Amino acid sequence: MRLGRLPAAAVLLVVATAAAGCAAGPRTVTITIHYSAFDPPRLSVPSGVPVTFVLVNEDPIDHEWLIGDDAFHELHRTGTHATHGASPTEVTVPALETVRTTITFELPGTLAYICHLPGHEAYGMVGVLSVEG
Amino acid sequence: MRRPWLSLAVATAALLITAAPAMACGGLIGPNGAVNLLRTTTFAGYHDGVEHYVTSFEFAGGGGAFGSITPLPGIPTSVERGGDWTLQRLIRETDPIPDLAFFAAESAGGDALREAEVLLETTIDALDITILRGGGDEVGLWAQNHGFRLPPDAPEVLDFYADRSPIFMAAAFDADAAAERGQAVGDGTPVHLTIPTDNPWVPLRILGLGKGALETVEADVYLLTDTKPALLPKAGDFAESDGLILDHSAAASESLLADLRSDVGMEWIPETAWLTKVVVDTAAGDLDYDLAIDASGQGRPSAVDAGYAPFSTNPAPRPPVALYLLLAAVTVVALPWLVARVGASGPAARPPAAA
Repeated sequence: MRLGRLPAAAVLLVVATAAAGCAAGPRTVTITIHYSAFDPPRLSVPSGVPVTFVLVNEDPIDHEWLIGDDAFHELHRTGTHATHGASPTEVTVPALETVRTTITFELPGTLAYICHLPGHEAYGMVGVLSVEG
Repeated sequence: MRRPWLSLAVATAALLITAAPAMACGGLIGPNGAVNLLRTTTFAGYHDGVEHYVTSFEFAGGGGAFGSITPLPGIPTSVERGGDWTLQRLIRETDPIPDLAFFAAESAGGDALREAEVLLETTIDALDITILRGGGDEVGLWAQNHGFRLPPDAPEVLDFYADRSPIFMAAAFDADAAAERGQAVGDGTPVHLTIPTDNPWVPLRILGLGKGALETVEADVYLLTDTKPALLPKAGDFAESDGLILDHSAAASESLLADLRSDVGMEWIPETAWLTKVVVDTAAGDLDYDLAIDASGQGRPSAVDAGYAPFSTNPAPRPPVALYLLLAAVTVVALPWLVARVGASGPAARPPAAA
């Protein structure tokens, strides 16, 4: 099912609220891709618990969702991988499809999620994830 | 009677990594998604409710496949090889020393899922042309499944067009096949589309597809209409230009019309016509509109065609609330009075029966 921006934002609000007030446990975050932009472009998750990212691609073109630090992204800016999927932090999201990936962030910090397909980062497909301690 | 309308000659140099085909008013997509369209020339003629759209795809050397997607105002009744000199002759008419190369380019390949509907397929030289009908998602998916590497702005741009006209032309240009056919660098393949429509327009925003917001879009658009057309946006002159320059606007010369009429497929050219040349010279980020044309002489180009207003948002007829309130007030006040009056007058109020 495809989610619009408002539902996605609502889901994130709920998740963020739950993350702030509840004990550690599984988390689910929905990120919608529409017109080659991540929605939301910023979000927070707790460290030390599995977080499932539901990546909803509403565009008729493929996208990537790669999350990591600066060194990680610098590597992928010049990478030649046709697709991703072997690592939960490197995901290809086919056109008009939804992909789930689950990641546990052990340490607090700030990471970025970026689409590294040609021209997509420059177009603005960049998001920031804060991992709260 | 004939009405020449739109002829879009695209003299473009499309610079791609390995091969460089250029195209008309379409988005140009290289194998890596990169696009660098230097200049585009297009000719569009409108006559008797039929748009004649002529553009050229030029082989610019190199190898590989390239693709373009062009929004259309309607379903073409024919897609055929265009004449050899229509675009060149138009440039010669308005530019004393024509030195532009006609380019057009594209690529593709693939298959489909819930893709756009294929209405027509044909091959012209090294060009595989497909006419599609569908929404932005369907057309984008078809393109992706057929080897087009769409740039990140494609989803929004395709929706921009599909909301108004869900008809697109996808052209795949195989540079390797062109080389095997013996096409030399600079050889153009003109394509002539015949499109019945009462709503002609020239897609301009698509020219910025894949370009950075600050990159310049340059294009020459030639229009041939029965009478002087009204345009939206209104093209200014060089001094007041805001991205569109009205470079030429005059009755078409007899020699031009005769030359155009003698080209292949151009017998529809009328005896008299108005020639307009609009030069597009603006940053891709500012090119968020198309060129609406009113060739009827009424001077009312469509805001929808220009992309300023979404299609089908014509406001539904609103109920005349004020009138309803007035009628209700009259009823409330007058009805008791009428009832009382009728009751008071009784049968005496009736006209006397005829004797």
